[in-house]
Amino acid sequence: MTVIGWIQIILFCAIVVALVKPLGWYMTRVFNGERTFLSPVLRPLERGIYWVGGVDERREQHWLTYTVAMLLFHVGGFALIYGLMRLQAVLPFNPAGQGAVAEDLSFNTAISFITNTNWQNYGGESTLSYLVQMLGLTHQNFLSAATGIALAMALIRGFTRSSMRTVGNFWVDVTRCTLYVLLPICVVYALFLVWQGMPQTLGAYVDATTLEGGKQTIALGPVASQVAIKMLGTNGGGFFNANAAHPFENPTALSNLVQMISIFALGAAMTNVFGRMVGNERQGWAIFAVMGILFVAGVAVTYWAEANGTSLLQAYGLTGGNMEGKEVRFGIVASSLFAVITTAASCGAVNAMHDSFTAIGGMIPLINMQLGEVIIGGVGAGFYGMLLFVVLAIFVAGLMVGRTPEYVGKKIEAREVKMAMLAILVLPLMYLGWTAVGVVLPSAVASMANAGPHGFTEVLYAFTSATGNNGSAFAGLTGNTLFYNLTLASAMFVGRFFMIVPAMAIAGSLVEKKSIPASAGTFPTTGGLFVGLVIGVILIIGGLTFFPALALGPIVEHLAMNANTLF
Amino acid sequence: MLREIRPAILVLVLLTAITGLAYPLAITGIAGVIFPRQAQGSLIEKDGKVIGSALIGQEFKEDKYFHGRPSATVAPDPNDSTKTVPAPYNAANSGGSNLGPTSKALNDRIKEDVEKLKAENPTASVPVDLVTTSASGLDPDISPDAALFQLPRVAKARGMSEDAVRELVTQNTQGRFAGVIGEPRVNVLALNLALDAAKPK
Repeated sequence: MTVIGWIQIILFCAIVVALVKPLGWYMTRVFNGERTFLSPVLRPLERGIYWVGGVDERREQHWLTYTVAMLLFHVGGFALIYGLMRLQAVLPFNPAGQGAVAEDLSFNTAISFITNTNWQNYGGESTLSYLVQMLGLTHQNFLSAATGIALAMALIRGFTRSSMRTVGNFWVDVTRCTLYVLLPICVVYALFLVWQGMPQTLGAYVDATTLEGGKQTIALGPVASQVAIKMLGTNGGGFFNANAAHPFENPTALSNLVQMISIFALGAAMTNVFGRMVGNERQGWAIFAVMGILFVAGVAVTYWAEANGTSLLQAYGLTGGNMEGKEVRFGIVASSLFAVITTAASCGAVNAMHDSFTAIGGMIPLINMQLGEVIIGGVGAGFYGMLLFVVLAIFVAGLMVGRTPEYVGKKIEAREVKMAMLAILVLPLMYLGWTAVGVVLPSAVASMANAGPHGFTEVLYAFTSATGNNGSAFAGLTGNTLFYNLTLASAMFVGRFFMIVPAMAIAGSLVEKKSIPASAGTFPTTGGLFVGLVIGVILIIGGLTFFPALALGPIVEHLAMNANTLF
Repeated sequence: MLREIRPAILVLVLLTAITGLAYPLAITGIAGVIFPRQAQGSLIEKDGKVIGSALIGQEFKEDKYFHGRPSATVAPDPNDSTKTVPAPYNAANSGGSNLGPTSKALNDRIKEDVEKLKAENPTASVPVDLVTTSASGLDPDISPDAALFQLPRVAKARGMSEDAVRELVTQNTQGRFAGVIGEPRVNVLALNLALDAAKPK
């Protein structure tokens, strides 16, 4: 670890913190339907969409209707991606002549993109046409992100509204989020990325004759427009197979810094939106503090582990940390930082290969995902995930003092706690359950790239990432098989929708309750005690659930590495 | 609930057209005008022929060139399409080795590479980036240490003085952005082009 390394980490954190308030202010205005500086341009477009779609923007929805609208929207998105992938050979914008994608891979990818997972069983430049990248993947990057934020807004309204039945209008929330928040940022951001060196062309792949006379086919495409929303919307599905490690998908150290910031920007700002909406920004900062403490702890461990390197490298006198699977322009610190960011948020983009991380360095990304990706989290998804933990923490606090727990003016009762537990428990069921199958079934075992405990970690990581809708991978695992295409798709589906529906049920239950003013007996939720309590609940619930699995994977591998055992 | 079906189709179609077609095409158009070189992939031409991209590493094996990092990219086996064969710096199929810290295959590869490099330059310590594969397999850069390590070989192969080559390495070393962000690096293709240009005199 170096001083300059820590300065880079502190700089990143400072920029994110500085963005929380202005972005939170702007997003609050957007979701309250107030005028913004972009309204003169975008308002006519917005009204046009409602007019064609038959949406009455003043008519709000009951939580069930809101949820059904969201699900229907995803059915359409799924059909669109699946159809495009199957038909890409006969559709335009296919200069590389990519053939139709197989049924199981198309199915996996379609589920992956509607759930904001963006798991890459496809290799971008070797599988997909430009049309699929734009119309299939870029568009769903926008809409799955907008959906996440819309759902978080519905849950926040559950807390802020008193004795009502509706939680907002799904179509209005999604349209406004796409038009006013995601699209304007992406236009500026994409052009910045092109300036840094990212290609943005519909032209064919280029054949180059190298200096030594060899032939090199260079894959190109409309990269920047997709990468902008891939990062901002915490999607993470790469244009290229190597994702943000590819020099075209992350050309410079500066593009890397901005990409890291954009992963966290909207998720961090959601805490401020929450604070503003409940009428006390400190409520938002308390949640942000929970996220920040867990995040910095993770960064410190991964950076330390990667900078130390492996005993294998040290045996040959190689210093400078574990550079296997990392790029020179990012080095140890920016690769470690990126890995923790991308798994704390449910982004899943990678600028280094997590599979080649040290055992401990690779364990932190795994833990981040297993904690439910609530450390900033996916746009929207991380925030409603965190609120589920807050509900539990408040419940625990209530038990300790023997008083009905309440949070920002709403009583937390049996229904909310049951729903929160359902959402939290369904995740380990998926990733532990499928991992158990994956390490026993011979056809699945053949997919592992590494032997020994590392192979086990590859499988555990894959199902954890899919369930958490992250999308990063221990990429040595051959995921493009019938078994993995189907099981990972099921994990992604359950991980997304079995968390969303209970969260929406909580929103529906809370919105009908009366807001009660805070009294002397109310547990204060803006102080250090609350922050510590929530961190404790997250770590205890997480730790008890997945510690045994970690012991079989990264922990055993770390011990084996120190004993110079190779597999 | 049935009234949600119409927006489920039409709002989806409209937002798809905006975000999936209008947006990327507009960016393509604007980028093509204001950043045409980058938008096309930062291609480098020599005598009217494309010799590569400034951002994409390429394979160098000859002694007279600086070498990039090992690359783990593969290509489909021409004899059996279900298998792959090593194809370093394949810019149409990026990827890393994905070998873990306790991998025997990784150990064997590093051992062999370290021995080769030690034979080439016994006095200097081997820089770690010269024996580890990059994440993309297309890393265009090496560390300044990795360039200096290769200095004696390149100077000898070209009949140039080490100081002259060192001067070129220094010129082609990029520092951290704003002195803080990222790591110092040397673009291998740019350095080798500078070497070729320097040779005639």
